This record gives sequence, C-alpha cells and structure tokens, in this order.
Amino acid sequence: MRPLTEAETRAVFEKLGKYIGENIQLLVDRPDGTYCFRLHRDRVYYLSEKLLKLAASVPRESLVAPGTCFGKFTKSQKFRLSVTALDFLAPYAKYKVWVKPGSEQSFLYGNHVLKSGLGRITENTAQYQGVVVYSMADVPLGFGVAAKSTQECRKVDPLAIVVFHQADVGEYVRNEDTLT
Amino acid sequence: MAAVRVEAVLAAAEEQEAEKRRSITVEKELELEFDLGNLLALDRNPPPAAALRGAGPRREALLRALARDNTQLLQFARLKGIRRRKKTSLVWDEQAKEWRRRWGYRRAGGDPSRAWLAEVPAGADPEEDQFARLRREKRERVARNELNRLRNLARAHRAGSTVPAAPLHPTGHQDREELRRVARVARVSTASLGRFQPRLPKEPAEPPSRSGGKKRRFDPLLGNLAAERSRQLELLRDMSSKKPVLDITRAVNKQLRQEEAEAAAANKGKKQSKRGKRGRRQQRPGRSGKKSGARRQQQQQKPAVGG
Repeated sequence: MRPLTEAETRAVFEKLGKYIGENIQLLVDRPDGTYCFRLHRDRVYYLSEKLLKLAASVPRESLVAPGTCFGKFTKSQKFRLSVTALDFLAPYAKYKVWVKPGSEQSFLYGNHVLKSGLGRITENTAQYQGVVVYSMADVPLGFGVAAKSTQECRKVDPLAIVVFHQADVGEYVRNEDTLT
Repeated sequence: MAAVRVEAVLAAAEEQEAEKRRSITVEKELELEFDLGNLLALDRNPPPAAALRGAGPRREALLRALARDNTQLLQFARLKGIRRRKKTSLVWDEQAKEWRRRWGYRRAGGDPSRAWLAEVPAGADPEEDQFARLRREKRERVARNELNRLRNLARAHRAGSTVPAAPLHPTGHQDREELRRVARVARVSTASLGRFQPRLPKEPAEPPSRSGGKKRRFDPLLGNLAAERSRQLELLRDMSSKKPVLDITRAVNKQLRQEEAEAAAANKGKKQSKRGKRGRRQQRPGRSGKKSGARRQQQQQKPAVGG
C-alpha cells in the first residue's frame, strides 16, 4: 500500500471529475474526517485515516482491500472506475440519467441504454459526458457515458444508444469473484 | 700522503660514476611545498609545456632525454644475448606441403584433438587414460583463459567507467558530454553535495537521482495527511482552471435551443406548420442532412481547433 504519485492522482481526479466535476473537493476535504486515497496492488482505495492506520499494520500479502475500491489502474496505467465507487459518487453526480423500469434489468445485465428505455436526462448533458444512471425511484444503478447530448436525445430514433454502459450494480453478482 | 691520494682517487672515481649515471638532481625555480600530514609535495613551477606541443625532432629529442634508457632489464637481455624475434604468422607444414597458420583453424601441426597416439610420460601412472588427461587439460586451459579474459575485461571496464581526471578549467577541446560531466562533478563538490546550489539559466530543473533513476521512491504511507490533502486540493484547482473544452459544446447546444425556441414561436404564429418546416429546409440548405446540429458544429469547430 502506498500513496498515489502525482501522475496517478491526476489520472484519478480527471476520471472522477468526468462524473462529479468540481465536487471532488468534497471527497478530498471532508468535514467529518480525514480521508485519503491509497494504492494497493494497482487498485485505488478510498479510506479514512483511522482505517489507514489499522491497515498499515497488516502485511502486504494478507491485505485484501483497505477501504473502498474506487477503481484500478490497468497495465498501461489508465484508470478504470469500478461500481464500488457508486455510493460515494452518486450523491455528487452532476449529470444524471433516469432509466424506465422496463429496461432497468437490461442495464443491470450490462447492456447499453436505448432511447426507448430513457426516462429522464439532465439538461445540458454534453456528448460523451460521464453520467450516473438511476432508476425511476432514484436508486443509483451505475455509471455510464452519454452517447448523445440532451438535444440530440430528443431527435434520435427509439433504438439508438443514448448511454454507454460503464459499470452497474449487477456486477456485484456477475463479477463476484473479481470485485474487491 | 697515501691517505690523501686514496681520498683523491676515491673522489675522482665517484665523480666518474656520477657522470656515467644520469644526474638525479633537478633545478627548480620555486621550492616545493610539503604537506607532511598527507605526505604531499606540491610543485608550483609551471611545466615546460611549450616544447611539448607539436611533433618534430625537437620534441623527440626532449622525450628521449626524459625517457629511461639502459634499464636493468635491457642490460640483462644484452648480457644474455636475448634479442626480440619477430615471429612469422605462417609456418611451413612439411606434411601438408603448404603454408599453414601458427595456431588456430587448420594449424601447422595438425588437429591436436585428433591425435591418435598419446605417449605415457615418464613419471605418470601406467593405468591412467592419457587421452582423457589431454582432454581434461585442454578444458582447464580454456576455462583459465576465459576467466582471465573476463577479468581483464572487468578491469578495463572499471578503469574506463570512473570519471577521467578531466581538467576542471575549460580547454578548447572538450565535447558536450565531457563538459556536462565536469559540470555535474563541479556542482556536487560543495560541502552539502550540491543540494543548495542555484541552477544556471538553461540547466535542467530536476537533478537526476543518485541511484541513476533505477529505483522509484514513494511518499511514506502515513506521512503528513494534511499536507497531502492540501497538495491534492491545489492539484484540483489547477486542473479545473483550464477547462474551456466543454464550453464549445455547451454553446452549440444553447444555440440549438435558441433556434428551436424561435422556430416554435414562429410556428405558433403561422398556422401552416408543415409548410413552415419545408420552407425552413429550403431556405437553409445546410440544415438538412442526417447530421444533427451540435455534432456538425463540433466537427466544424474541431478542425479549426486542431489545426
């Protein structure tokens, strides 16, 4: 376990910024405690200072996961956000997409969201903007990338993809073994 | 009388001996400075460099005068009658009736590994296998030579990699790499090993690490968390201050919304919605087509930005 280097921190913040914008400050600088990011086996974890001190005494080979995994660095040093960060990012999400109950299951199985399944979408969403996907009952379902801007979403035909799937809560069941 | 004569004779003999041998006394303008603690003798006289520059008979004569001639070895060799022989590279092989190498591929004496007869030498064990012995000795010889070769290589490499005693004042004949090396040495030769040395205007900012950049060094795990937080906040501030990219798409979307609003207002005014749309299409040929407004505008903008 070690702190992130400058380059790694920049990569992580850029990725997070795509979903929550300048609200990353609220993650870094929290009123209820000191939280920090640490790297363990190429995975980025978000944990409180108290937990960090406890985890520091665990040997590296036996340590499975300190804190919450936000994502991992791939072999070519790209940061990939994982669904386990959803609980932290959902409250601060800037651009949201609501999915109709019919195509909720489809999204939870890993498919993209079509125009026919789109319930609501935040105004001013740009194309390829990071979005958080909600169900109609305001339950966060996962992350995505807007395939079309809000304006285009109105004009496009019903079978076109409007949100690319990035991560969903169904992965907790599907990828049980590989999720940290 | 006899004592005086003996002394005179001895003195004369000494003089003759001294003349025969080259004089070891040297004339120096400035006295040498002695540092007895380090056993150092410092000679501040300027060297006779002028005569050494440039080739020519004068230089030859000077160098020859300085060189050590008539050493003991040379004397010994002359005494024994040993003379340096020049060896020829090819030898006449009687059996093959042609010139063959002295050693190596197709050597003069035939292939030693194909020797079909190996005599038992006088003091050896009669039961010992002579062929095995020859093979073993060859293997040992090869191994020893290889070891010596590697040792020589290591010695040469070690000698070569140490910083050569380059003059710390610039001569006219140093290349860029040498100057860089010398500059680095000069920077590091302060009491704090160059840590507080100000950089020259065009020197690279980050000094190379002491380990030559092999080992990565990370921050400590439980270092100053407050400092880490402030560093991250600053990084965020830097990142957010340069973000004009999104503005283009936002502006385009805004534009589209405005146009749609205008169109809707216009349609409401005139009840002929269909003709209005067709009319709009005809009036603005650029509008028609499969591409939607934002993307087309983006593509128009992008080459301008990229180029």
